[in-house]
Amino acid sequence: MKTNDLILQTTTKVVLFIIILFSFHIFFAGHYTPGGGFVGGLLTSGAIILLMLAFDMKTVSQILPVNYIYMAATGLLFAGGTAAGALFFNVPLLTHAFGHVDLPILGDTALHTATIFDLGVFLVVVGVTMTIIQTIGEDE
Amino acid sequence: MEIVMAFVIGILFMSATYLMLSKSLLRIIIGTGLLSHGAHLLILTMGGLKRGTVPLLGEEASSYTDPIPQALILTAIVISFGVTAFFLVLAYRAYKELGTDNTERLRGNEGND
Amino acid sequence: MKEMINFLILPLLIPFLTGILLIFFAKNVVIQRWIAAISALFNVVIAFLLVQKVRNDGIQTLDVSSWQAPFGITLVSDMLSALLVLTTTIIAFTSIIYSFRSIGVEREKYFYYPALNFLIVGVIGAFTTGDIFNLFVFFEVLLMASYVLLVLGGTKIQLRETIKYILVNVISSALFVIAVAYLYSVVGTLNMAHISVRLDDLGQSGIITVIAVLFLIVFGLKGGIFPLYFWLPGSYYAPPAPVMALFGALLTKVGVYAIMRTYTLFFIHDTGYTHQLLMILTIITIVVGVIGAIAFSDIKKIIIYNIIVAIGVILFGVSVMTPDSLAGSVFYLIHDMVIKAALFLLIGIMIAITGTSDLRKISGLIRRYPGLGWTFFIAALVLAGIPPFSGFVGKVLIVKGGFESEQFLGAGIVLASSLLVLFSIMKIFINGFWGTPQDYKGETNVPVRKLLIAPVILVTISVLYGAGSEIIFPYISQAAETLANPSVYIEAVLKEW
Repeated sequence: MKTNDLILQTTTKVVLFIIILFSFHIFFAGHYTPGGGFVGGLLTSGAIILLMLAFDMKTVSQILPVNYIYMAATGLLFAGGTAAGALFFNVPLLTHAFGHVDLPILGDTALHTATIFDLGVFLVVVGVTMTIIQTIGEDE
Repeated sequence: MEIVMAFVIGILFMSATYLMLSKSLLRIIIGTGLLSHGAHLLILTMGGLKRGTVPLLGEEASSYTDPIPQALILTAIVISFGVTAFFLVLAYRAYKELGTDNTERLRGNEGND
Repeated sequence: MKEMINFLILPLLIPFLTGILLIFFAKNVVIQRWIAAISALFNVVIAFLLVQKVRNDGIQTLDVSSWQAPFGITLVSDMLSALLVLTTTIIAFTSIIYSFRSIGVEREKYFYYPALNFLIVGVIGAFTTGDIFNLFVFFEVLLMASYVLLVLGGTKIQLRETIKYILVNVISSALFVIAVAYLYSVVGTLNMAHISVRLDDLGQSGIITVIAVLFLIVFGLKGGIFPLYFWLPGSYYAPPAPVMALFGALLTKVGVYAIMRTYTLFFIHDTGYTHQLLMILTIITIVVGVIGAIAFSDIKKIIIYNIIVAIGVILFGVSVMTPDSLAGSVFYLIHDMVIKAALFLLIGIMIAITGTSDLRKISGLIRRYPGLGWTFFIAALVLAGIPPFSGFVGKVLIVKGGFESEQFLGAGIVLASSLLVLFSIMKIFINGFWGTPQDYKGETNVPVRKLLIAPVILVTISVLYGAGSEIIFPYISQAAETLANPSVYIEAVLKEW
């Protein structure tokens, strides 16, 4: 059955980018304020799910040919790697390093290895959520 | 405030128990969701309900909320998110494979296939 | 070289990173097998070194993320935890090499090895953590992995049993969170050593007893004590042999370990109610387990009910709380993990040969498979605790502790249970291995010799464990010393506190 979902499709094309940008904002805001990888990841996967609803799963998997299981594994690798990185400096596991760096355009920027950890969380959340949605959705 | 929370948690547990005692698998899963919500609110209440500023930002704050229960809840929410998602997928698979979501028909060990 | 402060985290980190790595090789079964086996073997070596380190240098602690002891999460490796970690790695290794020939390529491609590795992460984490909420997190890690392992393959019985298993565990997890919340509201800390100190100051009021019983319910559900074992026979029946071995040897023992830890570290100020309750429950657990083991004529069921008996015996030793009985419990716990894994792997071979687990349809296996038959016979003797073997030493100590504190009924039941356990397991041997040989379908496809490697390793270890109990005993008594004397644990964790 072909439904007329022109409005949904057109809005999705615009809203999608707003959601993804907002999820990035949330992700980086998590550095010092509420937010972070988990919420950011959920928002991003929400955006992808919206795309799947507006179009269909086949189209979406052509646009985004991502193996979400590998994505989750990469995320785990990021998080686990950041945690294990402390072993090379002989400080307790998960100990993070941070500092202020003067970047060319951005000016004084706080850099923190926790961001890499959080990026891992982000990838895991997107990967796992999308794997679940795909598992349920594919059979139809 | 604690009294209100106690009632909210009690109602959540009550509904969760009711739902989990039903026979439909979907209701049971919703029941487990409510159960974990109740447990999360319980942690929050047990940590002490206070009006105050953000935890540990500005050491001169006269009253700040205990950050530990919040961290615990966040962890517990993530875990229950994962478990519920897995449970839903499993229930769906079981429904397709066994042709029923009625726990009454999932009984017994006959056939051992 | 500077001393490596992160050493105790390695047994946890290795399977974690291996598990991640294996996801990327999901489609290449051969590479998966090699990586999984080598990393598991390496982990055994690391865990062995950890035991030696704890033996020489005392309790190892690590304040994760550099947060000082009571504020952050602390990982603690005392002798009990180090020994259990070593046992876990051995069982993981043998299960992995057993899986090569038995689990089937379909499962191996569907993330069997990653799930197995994550299960090991959860189990080792639960043994190592010194933080009560972190214990919950590691419980969830191992449970998530166990859901995957249980349902992998997707047969009808597996789907059905996984649903029940998840439901039981979701409820028990919620109860765990509730119990932690109550405990936190009373003591205001999550570090286990710090909780012990605070409870020492507070004394045991009514609310503490309530929390103690809540914890008993939570861990009893995982461990399978009476009356909370109801889910266990069904769920453990469903998965294939190596998964059954992992579950039977490790998952219930995590619950047992948690009860051991909390009941020797937290709730020690008024043992009149809590430990009495634990004792009554364990005695009933033994009786119920023995009845099950004798009544069923299904080989899986017999071994599963033997798990329940063993849990009762171990926790009876904990409830008595004398140094002897605690040492006996620790000794018996490790003995039981190894031998249960071996037995599950052995009956896995029997089921693979005969295609059934119904004892009435099996006979005369020893004629064609003498190796299998005699390995099973030795394993049976070890399990029942016939004198030179390892089950004996543990039980003697537990019974001795029981008599010393005048718990004659319990100690008597522990003794009587040995005899009935021997009967139940000999039933398998006599019916299954003796009698007229039969022809079974698909018999020729089973690589019995290759499958036997893993259980033979385990049975050898448990025979050596019994024979070398003189050498091993100092380790055991060091573990029991920490349990009997919480201040050792507290000082190691909180240092200058």
